[in-house]
Amino acid sequence: MSPLLQAQGLHLRFGAVRALDDVAIEIWPGEVVAIVGESGSGKSSLLRVLAGQARADAGQVLYRDAAGAEHSILDASDAALRRLMRADWGFVHQNARDALRMEVSAGGNVGERLMAAGQRHYGDIRAQAARWLERVEMDPARIDETPRNFSGGMQQRLQIARTLVTNPRLVFMDEPTGGLDVSVQARLLDLIRGLVADLDLAVLLVTHDIAAARLLAHRIVVMRAGRVVEHGLTDRVLDDPQHPYTQLLVSSVLAA
Amino acid sequence: MIAGYNFGYLDEATKRMIRRALPKAVAIPGHQIPFGAREMPLPYGWGTGGIQVTASILGPDDVLKVIDQGADDTTNAVSIRRFFHRVAGVATTERTAEATIIQTRHRIPETPLRAGQILVYQVPMPEPLFKLEPRVAETTRLHALADYGLMQVKLYEDIAAQGEVATSYNHPVMVNHRYLMSPSPIPAFDNPKMHRNAGLQLFGAGREKRIYAVPPWTDVRSLDFEDHPFRPVRAPHACALCGSEESYLDEVITDDAGGRMHVCSDTHYCGGRQ
Repeated sequence: MSPLLQAQGLHLRFGAVRALDDVAIEIWPGEVVAIVGESGSGKSSLLRVLAGQARADAGQVLYRDAAGAEHSILDASDAALRRLMRADWGFVHQNARDALRMEVSAGGNVGERLMAAGQRHYGDIRAQAARWLERVEMDPARIDETPRNFSGGMQQRLQIARTLVTNPRLVFMDEPTGGLDVSVQARLLDLIRGLVADLDLAVLLVTHDIAAARLLAHRIVVMRAGRVVEHGLTDRVLDDPQHPYTQLLVSSVLAA
Repeated sequence: MIAGYNFGYLDEATKRMIRRALPKAVAIPGHQIPFGAREMPLPYGWGTGGIQVTASILGPDDVLKVIDQGADDTTNAVSIRRFFHRVAGVATTERTAEATIIQTRHRIPETPLRAGQILVYQVPMPEPLFKLEPRVAETTRLHALADYGLMQVKLYEDIAAQGEVATSYNHPVMVNHRYLMSPSPIPAFDNPKMHRNAGLQLFGAGREKRIYAVPPWTDVRSLDFEDHPFRPVRAPHACALCGSEESYLDEVITDDAGGRMHVCSDTHYCGGRQ
């Protein structure tokens, strides 16, 4: 087996700020990797570079597709990136409104990726959309309502359904539970955990919520000031943190 | 022909610019080519794009027909026909078969075009995606990547809300299996006539400064779903004047007591049958 996504020597500067400073990361099939760190530590920049949404100043990102062919993400054309984004990848934004079409019904939102992938049978598309609404614990009877009618937690579920409907191999998640209240967060995390296990997804999760990382991730990468300061298995990093910053991070978690 | 104007009103440099855009449009069927549309002596929305295309391809031997909503005798059609008669001195006609160039707004004539004829459409909005994606840079990218899922979402929404595709005019088409194209606001009834038409179809959008084309015998397919196939809509009546049951009909209100009649929108076709 070989890694799905492999990045080495990533550098990215915004003026004098080093957003990424010699970062390396690997994601293996079926694995959930959490990138944790404080605001401004470069974790979102890393996610954007790995997903091809931003170009690093230096370094290499390799993605291996289902056929085993390697794609260099930093050199990929817009068309190739869009093809990957449409078929192999998914992206879950922190704010569901950034990803959803607010004027379009729930069914249309979920069906858009299917139609972009070339499906042209209305009945099939609708049936798949209904099945996915059920899968993310939404009422399929609300398939024709627009996301405006939905609560924040439901919008996030809809975004997840829309992302996973085409069976991606790798999903990028940027603070998927940010901005939701704790009980909704707990249910959403539970849902994501179930789906990830069922679908055997590889997930790259960016979060500052240590509890979410502990619940979902197999491995944790801790970032600070653009550098990876510590990485390892979730239990090891959280129960036996080595780096002073990780120790601070872990000790700052509030116990209820 | 009146003195003081260049042949066909437009100056030769402008014609040359448009004639450079036209072969590009023909070479890439359905792809929108930008051009420097000029101010014309009529307001935007009255056919400035179509007039500029017509003026650029018009020669002294051409015979021009102009229709507006299918009719030769409506204000817009009469004005544009008289305009070209005055500034180019070309022969004009109302007979579809006699014309070499037909400028049209919102219809394709009922009489099929033959090879060698050119149909010039007046186009208010050339971008089929503009209601779904307001950013021009983004629509350009979607065309470049042939990423047309968005348009299909619109059809999905129509069916989900109303049980059928609700666009009865300006129904989007795929040209030559590659580019999504606005057919201009012709009725969906006319869409099948674009498919493998013997004539050359040119589209001019003056305000939006775009030219595009469908060359003769090009595949033009109306977007639809496998289980909701495209169907051209026609009022279920016969023409009150000529009795046609095939042509596209206008509904005309005749009095204040609810009286109405259905008549052919193509006046030349209707007149020829009476």
